[in-house]
Amino acid sequence: MMTLPQQLVTIALCALATLATRFLPFLIFGGKKPTPRYIQYLGKVLPGAIFAMLVVYCLRNVTPLTGNHALPELIAIAVTVGLHLWKRQTLLSIAGGTVVYMLLVQLVF
Amino acid sequence: MKRKAFRAAFPHTIPILTGFCFLGLTYGVYMRAAGFSFWYPLLISLIVFGGSLQFVIVSMLLSPYAPVQTFFMALMVQARHLFYGIAMLDKYKGTGLKKPYLIFAMCDETFSVNCAAEVPPDVDRGWFYFFVSLLDRFYWVAASTLGGLLGSILHFNTEGLDFVMTAMFVVILTEQWLKEKTPVSEWIGLAAGVLCLLIFGADSFLIPTMVCILAALTLLRRPLEKKEETTL
Repeated sequence: MMTLPQQLVTIALCALATLATRFLPFLIFGGKKPTPRYIQYLGKVLPGAIFAMLVVYCLRNVTPLTGNHALPELIAIAVTVGLHLWKRQTLLSIAGGTVVYMLLVQLVF
Repeated sequence: MKRKAFRAAFPHTIPILTGFCFLGLTYGVYMRAAGFSFWYPLLISLIVFGGSLQFVIVSMLLSPYAPVQTFFMALMVQARHLFYGIAMLDKYKGTGLKKPYLIFAMCDETFSVNCAAEVPPDVDRGWFYFFVSLLDRFYWVAASTLGGLLGSILHFNTEGLDFVMTAMFVVILTEQWLKEKTPVSEWIGLAAGVLCLLIFGADSFLIPTMVCILAALTLLRRPLEKKEETTL
């Protein structure tokens, strides 16, 4: 078991590492000098890839080959996207998808 | 000006309020069950503020003291913030004294909202970003502290509620997809993510995914930049 100072150092180091990853891009490219073209390009094209990565990240523990074959996730995502293409109301799409998912995992699967 | 920005920002944070109430409470209860008083989730949520890392910290605190390993582990878990920073360089420009706070309070959800939201022209962008960041962080700190306080008294019948975060990212991805004529970047992110997940497994696929995304986008820079110039 860690002592209290050791615990505090552990927490502080995690905070420090987090701060580093958050501030680094701004410290390197945020100054008066114009941002390099390559970084500007990345800033433009990265978000699309990041959001796709985050969706995969949310689904990382899903098992398509066993159990319920990821059906609740697939159905709920289809509902979310479908609702969104239909109404284009962000909150409605999110709420609809989540409610469907909860009903599926609590009552059906 | 501030009130207007707050009114514009708050609705964007409602899904996050739902998700963070659930995840934050779960985190607090989890810490409590691991034997830590509510001061721990409060302190950690305040100064670290990062969902997945905070869960990792619990197991770090229960393991032998290993500061160097802790630091590098934290760097790897949080490495995606480097991407967020690069993507937000322009948007956070000119936000004045609020900028350090905006950078400090970054997380997956706040990044998503601030990067994707179309701030109405009559609303101050800086304050909009500020209130989204502040509210999200407040939800998380409050919920995780509450979870630590209530501990085992709470009984959850909320199975599946955590899907609200997945649904939010799915909606933002859909929006992003609709905005582009040829969603190359989205396909790259999806393909790299799935491929690396299959190869490296759920616990360590993020870093390889980011490397693949960076490599693919760098290789495709010429055609993608040309495409952008012709569409503009």
